[in-house]
Amino acid sequence: MLSLKINGEERKVDDTDPSTPLLWVLRDELGLVGAKFGCGIARCGACTVLLDGAPVRSCSVPVAAAAEGEVTTIEGLADESDELTPVQQAWVDLDVAQCGYCQAGQIMAATALLARDPDPDDAAIDQAMAGNLCRCGTYTRIREAVKVAAGRAWEARKASPARDGGDPA
Amino acid sequence: MNAYDDLQSLAERMDALPIDIAPRKLSRRRFMQLTGVVGGGLMLGFTLKGREAEAASSFEPNAFIRIDADGILIHAKNPEVGQGVKTSLPMIVAEELDAAWDDVTVAQSPVDEEAFGFQMAGGSMSVPMNWDVLRQSGAAARAMLVGAAAGELGVAASELSTRDSKVIHEASGRSLHYTELADAAAALPVPEADSLRLKGTDEYRLLGRRITGVDNEALVRGEALFGIDQTLPGMKFATYSKCPAVGGTVVSANIDAVKALPGVVDAFAIDGNEAVGLLPGVAIVADSTWAAIRARRELKVEWDESGAASDSWSAVSAKAEELRSKPGATRPVDDGDADAALEAADKRLSAYYTYHFASHAQLEPQNCTAWRHDGIMELWAPTQLPGRGRQAVADLLGLERAQVTVNQLRGGGGFGRRLHNDFMVEVAAIANRLDVPVKLQWTREDDMSHDTFRAGGFHQVDAGLDAEGRITAWRDRFITFSRDGQRPVSGGSLRPGVFPAGVLENCRYEQTALEWKTPCGPWRAPGSNVFGFVEQSFIHELAVAADRDHLEVLLEMFGEPRWLAEGNPRALHTGRAAGVVKLAAEKAGWGREMPQGRALGLAFYFSHAGHIAEVADVSVNANRQITVHRVTAAADVGPIINLSGAENQVQGSIVDGLSTMLGQSVTFEKGRVEQSNFDAYPMLRMANSPAVDVHFIESDYPPTGLGEPALPPLAPAVCNAIFTATGHRIRTMPIAKEGYSIA
Ligand code: FES
Ligand code: FES
Repeated sequence: MLSLKINGEERKVDDTDPSTPLLWVLRDELGLVGAKFGCGIARCGACTVLLDGAPVRSCSVPVAAAAEGEVTTIEGLADESDELTPVQQAWVDLDVAQCGYCQAGQIMAATALLARDPDPDDAAIDQAMAGNLCRCGTYTRIREAVKVAAGRAWEARKASPARDGGDPA
Repeated sequence: MNAYDDLQSLAERMDALPIDIAPRKLSRRRFMQLTGVVGGGLMLGFTLKGREAEAASSFEPNAFIRIDADGILIHAKNPEVGQGVKTSLPMIVAEELDAAWDDVTVAQSPVDEEAFGFQMAGGSMSVPMNWDVLRQSGAAARAMLVGAAAGELGVAASELSTRDSKVIHEASGRSLHYTELADAAAALPVPEADSLRLKGTDEYRLLGRRITGVDNEALVRGEALFGIDQTLPGMKFATYSKCPAVGGTVVSANIDAVKALPGVVDAFAIDGNEAVGLLPGVAIVADSTWAAIRARRELKVEWDESGAASDSWSAVSAKAEELRSKPGATRPVDDGDADAALEAADKRLSAYYTYHFASHAQLEPQNCTAWRHDGIMELWAPTQLPGRGRQAVADLLGLERAQVTVNQLRGGGGFGRRLHNDFMVEVAAIANRLDVPVKLQWTREDDMSHDTFRAGGFHQVDAGLDAEGRITAWRDRFITFSRDGQRPVSGGSLRPGVFPAGVLENCRYEQTALEWKTPCGPWRAPGSNVFGFVEQSFIHELAVAADRDHLEVLLEMFGEPRWLAEGNPRALHTGRAAGVVKLAAEKAGWGREMPQGRALGLAFYFSHAGHIAEVADVSVNANRQITVHRVTAAADVGPIINLSGAENQVQGSIVDGLSTMLGQSVTFEKGRVEQSNFDAYPMLRMANSPAVDVHFIESDYPPTGLGEPALPPLAPAVCNAIFTATGHRIRTMPIAKEGYSIA
């Protein structure tokens, strides 16, 4: 039997195969369904969770490897008072999601980024989020939500030219 | 008729709506006839009749609304797959009800077409098909609440007004909350639909505002919402392996060896049933998803491929190349005399456009949960067409429809893929052999090999210009596909109403179908998503050949403002078309100086009754690497329901359009799909996604859907910009086939 540290809790795992991907242990055995299955080959980011604070693709991390560190899933973000984190709140305020299937992974990647770099520029955001696909194409809003979460003024952003496109007027 | 044909018929009726509707008035009855929502098993049984109240002292004037002491509940009737209808449809009810949005709880409705009418996420039809019904539902409830308040307060109903979930008596300053009036309202008769006064757009308090999606908080907390998240006590997990070439049957399999593997509960072969869309295969049932996937690696199946697909992309490409110089088999449009006009033209242009097959690639792979219990089969399905799935399961198992219960769950993307319910019949076939609930999980590889693909196609287009540079002749010789040798696949038919038919005097569409066995199905804006690329690129070619401004040529084609099908509000209106083209051009700064290697490209498209124009600002470097800096979109879909959701759909359609045109291609050999996962089917990433400006013209026509129509103009707008920047004309999608990539 393996023991995992997930969202600050010790969780026992019955699955005896140490090569089982962390994703399926989270979803099928521990009832933590926030991390999603998209590709199974570390190409989409839907399954992103944090391992010792760094974003990893849980579809491609063997559960045995995860047992060596601390795992944070999206269920572990909001604190005990149940208040959303600034990243989660920005996602709600900006109505980022369309189908929403990628968004748990996006939120975990953004959370890891802001923990490391509280004031990322566009290039840093693009780089940190490069492993997370959104099939519905919500990238514009994800980028803005990361900035809102980082405490930048949303209105100030809107007034300035987006990316390197120049002002169209 | 099998499941694919059935789906195709539905898609065709949706496709055909803009042109088939009788002139003058889009009557509700006619609309239902055309969409097939009455007769043929698809009932729209909605009436403004009361339902049997579920609990004592609750007010349920119709299936959509329940008000009791605890609050106001509104049912979202259609499946949510990312198009935002779980928020926007209840908003329409709440507007006429005059409920404060914060007081409203939204619940996904049961699948019950007798109560809710046709339930579908498709064809950008959720809003237009439900606009009247939902407004009337809200207004009827409001009228009854007012009636109840009049009794309680002892005043005339005419002295009362409503706002923020309250009935207000202005004169005395008294007010009653709806929740206090539920009992009294429940005792009143439901008013007739035509006695209700509906609001004018200037009276809206909720519609047109930015409202965040009703599931957003649950989403960001990672709560169970999607099909894949469904869990039941004692549930087992299954995979289902089918022949990589569609139609192959199981000869033998090492079932016993698989059954002996760790975590495996059962394994068995299942016969196909074409009528309901069930393909033959081998199921593995296990204690966890991973145990099933792991065991599957050891599964060895011998397939009989004698009746299976042997489709080959290279073979059909060669065949099309042969056919393009010959007249087509049919002429879906033959206005004027295109041949004579081509002969008489001052200048003649000829081009050959091609596009590949594409996968839906919705991010959540197909899955479904089912449980046979108490004489029924119950399913939890992320489907776009739950009623059809229910019927298919009933047919498969020989059950009455009433013996099949379907719970509709959020789908992680749809794009048309979940209109085909193969995952529902598969899991039903598996669950029927078990005494416990089971969740079927497809892998991405399953999903990509067994999609209902967007078909590829080939167009030989010829057109003529007169001495003034006006387009005088147009001929599109389209080579498409058919599964039965007769009817083209979904999205693979040119027809009247496809621009530029209707605005040109001499216009002919010819069509020839190649044999193709692999299933094809509706893919976001079926037909339009590829026809737009061909026609709007070729119009630009003509403008260039005539040495005229593209914008001017487009506006000239539209001509005087008019409906192309007289009196039909779902037809193209040339004035609305000109309006969006002018607005997009103005907002994008059309005509301004651009730096070397960078240009603006314009395109217009009309689909799903939506008029959309887009201008792409693109630069191209010497290695054919492109950067799409910004896309400016202008849309006329009538009044906007949820501004946030509407903008999101346009932004998403543009990213989707760009992603697809760049590098997405599905090819086949020996009936097998050659791509299996996202490593071979690239999707746009954040760094490459353009800034998108969205502008709405909120005209006073009935609102139309926005899930699809913003996608078709994107590819031609980008290709037209690339031509202007470089002088190179792209005639193949994806453009990676012509050596382009994203910088
Ligand atoms: S499911 Fe793990 S990266 Fe796609
Ligand atoms: S919101 Fe659908 S995949 Fe991102």
